[in-house]
Amino acid sequence: MTVKVTTTVNGNQVSGDVEPNTLLVHFIRENLELTGTHVGCDTSQCGACTVHVDGRPVKSCTMLAVQAEGHEVTTIEGIGEEGNLHPMQAAFQEEHGLQCGFCTPGMIMASIGIVDRNKDNLSEEVVRHELEGNICRCTGYHNIVKSVLAGARDM
Amino acid sequence: MYNFTYHRAGSVDEAASLISDNEDAKLLAGGMTLLPTMKQRLAMPSDLVDLNEIGDLSGISVDGGTVTIGATTRHADVAASADVQAAIPALAALANQIGDPQVRNRGTIGGSLANADPAADYPAAVVGLGATVVTNKREIAGDDFFVDMFETALDEGEIITAVRFPVPQKASYFKFPNPASRYPIVGVMVAVTDAGVRVGITGAAPSAFRNAEMEAALGSNFSVDALDGISVDADGLNEDMHASAAYRASLVSTGAKRAVAAIA
Ligand SMILES: Cc1cc2nc3c(=O)[nH]c(=O)nc-3n(C[C@H](O)[C@H](O)[C@H](O)COP(=O)(O)OP(=O)(O)OC[C@H]3O[C@@H](n4cnc5c(N)ncnc54)[C@H](O)[C@@H]3O)c2cc1C
Ligand code: FES
Ligand code: FES
Repeated sequence: MTVKVTTTVNGNQVSGDVEPNTLLVHFIRENLELTGTHVGCDTSQCGACTVHVDGRPVKSCTMLAVQAEGHEVTTIEGIGEEGNLHPMQAAFQEEHGLQCGFCTPGMIMASIGIVDRNKDNLSEEVVRHELEGNICRCTGYHNIVKSVLAGARDM
Repeated sequence: MYNFTYHRAGSVDEAASLISDNEDAKLLAGGMTLLPTMKQRLAMPSDLVDLNEIGDLSGISVDGGTVTIGATTRHADVAASADVQAAIPALAALANQIGDPQVRNRGTIGGSLANADPAADYPAAVVGLGATVVTNKREIAGDDFFVDMFETALDEGEIITAVRFPVPQKASYFKFPNPASRYPIVGVMVAVTDAGVRVGITGAAPSAFRNAEMEAALGSNFSVDALDGISVDADGLNEDMHASAAYRASLVSTGAKRAVAAIA
């Protein structure tokens, strides 16, 4: 039996009928057709699905769509747009923080959280430690760390 | 994931009645263990009772010598709490080492304790600091809470509402993480309390336990040297692809020494 869910995504109120076992990431990708949020694993480890719920990065593959009821969700589509990128998006572009790009939306959403939490004590060490929940198969992380530090300077 | 009926509980009483009528129902807290398990079809509850919208189940308060943490308080909120950092810095540090930031933004202390993963971090704090687990029915001493691997003293349908930690004189947590999963292979909480020294160990055995010999030695001489010559018996310790029982025994000794060195 479907359940009605009403939530705010990227500032817009949205609602839909979902099965209780619909994951938030599938609601975002399939019902809302916002396909920037990716699914890279089924063990809650890769972070490709990272979105913000009430301003905090979470793995949208490990939350039910119905649990977003009454909360505010922000996806990669909600932080910037072509020609007007979020500073963290621009930094990933400038610093070559991506290769295939699969992990990138999750990396950027997690990175914004890292900067929010560590405004006063951001360092390479902090960034490396706090990227623990995001896996990248291409870059070797080095340019991602550079991107986060560069993005933080402009945020 | 198999389908189920979803219930958003508005109060602990409502959650308790939803769960007690139905033995195939499960409580849902942070979902960081339960949902991955359901995705792999290793669990197939008929109903999920969501605790996340019960406002008074979440929050931290410090009162005299006790830190009380509500069951649905997220790991990130324990780690970032100025009150916890001031009263029991080792507990804030432990919470900050659980999983990764996204896991800490959802996972809860009640879910972690109810799950009783042999490799979870919080059990070392509950046993090592002598905490009390408060449920909707009673209070359970930390020493009696963990029964076996993934098994606790909770009755069917019993709900953890809060955990009370007595503030120690000083405490320190050493974690040796599995480099892939970040769960502790061994974690050791050493605390100097008004009632003596406590050493709580997680990761090494089917459930968290104390080491009486270390506690006695540290009680008369709180120094790394006091632990020299105390050997940990590998018999009955966990053994898997990550570490043998003998290696875990050795990590318990080393972990206890490192934890003591940080505060001696
Ligand atoms: C990638 C990853 C890495 C992780 N790394 C670590 C780590 O390093 N260390 C560590 O300790 N943990 C780790 N975890 C586990 C994490 O801490 C979980 O948050 C925790 O084990 C379960 O808490 P939860 O709130 O998510 O519970 P849920 O998954 O919602 O529930 C777990 C179980 O507890 C029951 N339950 C939940 N709340 C209550 C309650 N109030 N009363 C009674 N029963 C209840 C549920 O019915 C269920 O059976 C990791 C998880 C992931 C996905
Ligand atoms: S898809 Fe969510 S963590 Fe991998
Ligand atoms: S850029 Fe390819 S996975 Fe990260």
